[in-house]
Amino acid sequence: MFKYLKQLTSLVAMVAVLFTFTTETMAAKKSKTLKNTQKKGFVRCGVSQGLPGFSNADAAGNWTGVDVDVCRAVAAAVLGDANKVKFTPLSAKERFTALTSGEIDILSRNTTWTLSRDADIGLTFVGVNFYDGQGFMVRKSSGITSTSQFKDGISACTNIGTTTELNMRDFFNSKGISYEPVAFEKADEVVAAYDAGRCDTYTTDKSGLAAQRTKMSNPDEHIVLPETISKEPLGPVVRQGDSVWEDIVRWSLNTMIEAEELGITSANADSMKTSDNPAVKRLVGAEGELGAAFGLDNEWNLRIIKQVGNYGESYKRNIADTGILPDRGPNELWTKGGILYVPPSR
Amino acid sequence: MNFKLKDIGPQLITVLAVVLVFGFFTYNAQVNMENRGIDFGYGFLSQESSFDVQFSLIEYDGSHSYFRAYLVGLLNTILVSVIGIVIATILGVIVGIARLSPNYLINKFAAFYVEFFRNIPLLLQIFFWYFAALRALPLPQDAEPMFGVSYLTIKGLYVPAFIWQNYNIFFYSVVAAVIAIIVIRTYAKKVQENQGKQTPVLLISIGLILILPLLSFLIGGVRLSFEVPVLKQLATTSFIYEGGVSLPPELIALALSLSLYTATFIAECVRAGIQGVGKGQKEAAASIGLNPNQVLKLVVMPQALRIIIPPTTNQYLNLTKNSSLAAAIAYPDLVLVFAGTALMQTGKAIEIVSITMFTYLTLSISISILMNWYNKKIAIQEK
Repeated sequence: MFKYLKQLTSLVAMVAVLFTFTTETMAAKKSKTLKNTQKKGFVRCGVSQGLPGFSNADAAGNWTGVDVDVCRAVAAAVLGDANKVKFTPLSAKERFTALTSGEIDILSRNTTWTLSRDADIGLTFVGVNFYDGQGFMVRKSSGITSTSQFKDGISACTNIGTTTELNMRDFFNSKGISYEPVAFEKADEVVAAYDAGRCDTYTTDKSGLAAQRTKMSNPDEHIVLPETISKEPLGPVVRQGDSVWEDIVRWSLNTMIEAEELGITSANADSMKTSDNPAVKRLVGAEGELGAAFGLDNEWNLRIIKQVGNYGESYKRNIADTGILPDRGPNELWTKGGILYVPPSR
Repeated sequence: MNFKLKDIGPQLITVLAVVLVFGFFTYNAQVNMENRGIDFGYGFLSQESSFDVQFSLIEYDGSHSYFRAYLVGLLNTILVSVIGIVIATILGVIVGIARLSPNYLINKFAAFYVEFFRNIPLLLQIFFWYFAALRALPLPQDAEPMFGVSYLTIKGLYVPAFIWQNYNIFFYSVVAAVIAIIVIRTYAKKVQENQGKQTPVLLISIGLILILPLLSFLIGGVRLSFEVPVLKQLATTSFIYEGGVSLPPELIALALSLSLYTATFIAECVRAGIQGVGKGQKEAAASIGLNPNQVLKLVVMPQALRIIIPPTTNQYLNLTKNSSLAAAIAYPDLVLVFAGTALMQTGKAIEIVSITMFTYLTLSISISILMNWYNKKIAIQEK
């Protein structure tokens, strides 16, 4: 009896060891950030302090915008509910520190993807959710209709800690114009100072100009000049070193864009399960095992489309219908003359 | 000396605990930075900064290094602190004395000023002076000239620039006048102590400081001309002034709010100092025939200063540190330029924040040392 007991114990021990080993490797596949997020029950998302169309809170504290929708998509994918997001408003100066120090897990704050940011400071850009470029806003009454009319001594209001400051220098230097940069920490103060007449021009990303124009005391008195002086691909950012989490955020965004390409909307997503197109069926979780690699179930992408909508719906709801930028320009699908083109979900 | 464990034991433990805590934080930061692929190092200071700054006391543009940008920010911080300290001190002393005035109106007005300005948060005052007052200023094309040559506009204060010829001769003449005044004062003091005779030092001093520089104009070949700011049109409704010196409104608003705020605290220090001098001192001084001015200057103030200086030092330190609120209104101080833009462009958070902290520490300690030295100088000399 005791002889068997001893053998039984070692068998149990061996099974136990094996079992721990296998669960350990399964868990290792999941990322640390994913595990923490699921444990907390919400996605920690860094957004702007208020940029209409991108990330803006209404009086009741509800956040809307295309940047906000990226975080909501991730929440729908990993937690099953797009509303389980905790938004942290950040200034341009605070945003990267908040991400690298672990205060937030996704930075979705109209952030320009550049080489030095990607390589230097422990960040990884996962994609582009808005193709933008820097422009200038002036008062209509100034009679300026093009940047070629800028003269020596012009004063330009802008934000600190952005690529804007660098582009502005490159632009004015290349034109040989001396200028006075007036750089504030918060966007609201830039708008207030420009609106008061402190500066002749206000420069930032064109989407930002269009959005901030709505905050001016009289929006019709201002125009955005046609010239674009830089490339500003804006997109969500994650911390370096968690490639599974990086993939989840990247493919949550890609899912929204591909859903638009395949004609799947929040309204018809469920009925698309019986579609004849295998690509459509994969994107609504009716075929394939697309979630397994992330440690997610198979309907993660269906939830994104149902709860947040495809990219086109998000754009229309946040940017077009609010009158900020009705024309999608480069942010149209590649099949419709834009440059939105994402790798296939398969 | 005979050390006992019970004496040094607790101290050893304290030192050990401090070392351990610091060691833990350093180690923790190192591990986390390594995990996240962040390099540590101060090499970036020599790299090209590639951003411009609105207002700088030294020559600077984006082709200079980050270290140069640091200096620009530091000098701007020192500039606004010095302006603030000077104005706050003058205003503080006047208001402090006014609060003790027997004149009801002056007395109450000073009290109202102190209570009003010291009870509103500084950041709010800065916003008020910058945004509310700025909006009230005219656009450059609508500005009325002050004294015919200066313009206060929404884009800043434009004043004439001094164009000197043979400036160093003028400078030496001023230096010579100052030295002469010091010599005469020392001599006059000796004469008074030995013979009881008074010399009209003030009159002689004023004469010297006027006559010597005047001579440098008349026979030294010094010439001074003014470059007056001229309105220039940039676009239909967009103007600036060219030529002359322009002070950005950010500097004016910040210096104004810092000095108005700090002056209230200094005024209280001054009042406390004067009231701290015993009544008997004034009565004794009056009884030996000193007039009220002499009582204040020779008897009350020297004693009051000993009470005033230490708390005023704190106010100077506060003002210097409060100047970092500049970032809110775009005045390019150390925090905005270095701990703001430079930090964002390089991502070197630990390095830049540590340099900035160390810089403020050095600034504060310098002010402390200076004020302690002055305090010691005016302290009672025990004989």
